Amino acid sequence: MREIHYKDIVSSVAKLCIDACCIQTDGIKQAFSEARENETSPLGKSILDKLIENGKIAQDTFIPICQDTGMAVIFLELGQDVRIVGGYLEDAINEGVKEGYVGGYLRKSVVEEPLFERKNTTNNTPAVIHTRIVKGDKLNITMAAKGFGSENKSILKMLVPADGIEGVKKVFSEAINLAGPNACPPLVVGVGIGGTMEKAALLAKIAAVREVGSHNSDKRYAKLEDELLEIANNSGVGPQGLGGNTTAFAVNVEWYPTHIAGLPVAININCHAARHAHIEL
Amino acid sequence: MEIRLKAPFSKDDIKDLKAGDNVLITGSIIAARDAAHKKIFEAFQNNQELPIELKNQTIYYLGPSPAKPGDVIGAAGPTTSGRMDKYTPMMLDLGISGMIGKGYRSKEVIDSIIKHKAIYMVAIGGAGALISKSIKKYEVLAYPELGAEAIARLEVQDFPAIVAIDSNGVNFYEIGQKEYKK
Repeated sequence: MREIHYKDIVSSVAKLCIDACCIQTDGIKQAFSEARENETSPLGKSILDKLIENGKIAQDTFIPICQDTGMAVIFLELGQDVRIVGGYLEDAINEGVKEGYVGGYLRKSVVEEPLFERKNTTNNTPAVIHTRIVKGDKLNITMAAKGFGSENKSILKMLVPADGIEGVKKVFSEAINLAGPNACPPLVVGVGIGGTMEKAALLAKIAAVREVGSHNSDKRYAKLEDELLEIANNSGVGPQGLGGNTTAFAVNVEWYPTHIAGLPVAININCHAARHAHIEL
Repeated sequence: MEIRLKAPFSKDDIKDLKAGDNVLITGSIIAARDAAHKKIFEAFQNNQELPIELKNQTIYYLGPSPAKPGDVIGAAGPTTSGRMDKYTPMMLDLGISGMIGKGYRSKEVIDSIIKHKAIYMVAIGGAGALISKSIKKYEVLAYPELGAEAIARLEVQDFPAIVAIDSNGVNFYEIGQKEYKK
């Protein structure tokens, strides 16, 4: 049984929070430079230039890419041959989030209860934590800083099997047009297909966090990713919704087996920053 | 080509600005977002004194990240304007002449913009680090208990924005997207 200490998880999560909020991933940097070449709208091009400059300033100064440094969504893959010592795993995650958000001068945007008082917890905890127990003796931690300009534009639709691929495309197209400028395009869109209601939503989130430039290993779904990306980029929405042919950098699809009577589809949207960071302990 | 705009500005100063224009704003603007709008709305409904004078002010929908030691402000990009739509006709009635945010506005807001000959500008969403460089001073004016959502005065220099809805109600989101829709 391999042991991983509580304090190593805390410090790793704290660093992931700061890195995710201040350093664009290589996939995003690449997507920006390709979009800069391909965008035909002059205003769109100038917006992309400013966003590229924004990324450089953030990386150099550790001023966050965006002031909405998000709610911390943490994906854990915990090897079944790992034992966490020194404390409780979820406490370590939340302690790390607190350390990262307070120490890294990130904005604290979490309220302790959603409907009545909405009092800020002042340390951006709790995180939303998704844990899978997997084979092996490693702990993989992925942190996604989820801003709500984009999160608020997510959609879940329980289609029926007869709706098929056209139904999926219709829901997707509606989501892109409804999001418009509000979700800060160019977007990274996650699409979850199958499972149950909550499984589809989780798949969409996992897809939204997947690196730009990656493709689904199933060729049929990889082709669907390309088709959905084309739908997004033909919408006219463009950078910041002010018109252009770069509405999304990527559309990532994840799927899961489902029931004979159903076709759940979830769309989760990330802005152009699509912030995430990963570590293996 | 960018048009220089001094803030605060009167409605006369903005009447020739057109949807799609790039502007660089220099001067003083007011940061206020969700919770501050709600409080102003409640104060107004209850005939209480308003926390600041709103006439001819430009409201920036901003909740910045904390400033690091030695910095004026942290990341300072716009938040989604649509969440303020419920309160915006009241704010325009109270005399504000401009708004800066990101995203669509409701029909009621656009009608009110036309009625008051005001202007809606957008800053680049997610460009928080870049925009912070144009902010020279950040001073909380009211509701400090709201933290990042407090009402504050910002001294800005060459703050970059784009006119999304001009004083005649011309909406650049519609114009811009139509041209590139396939």
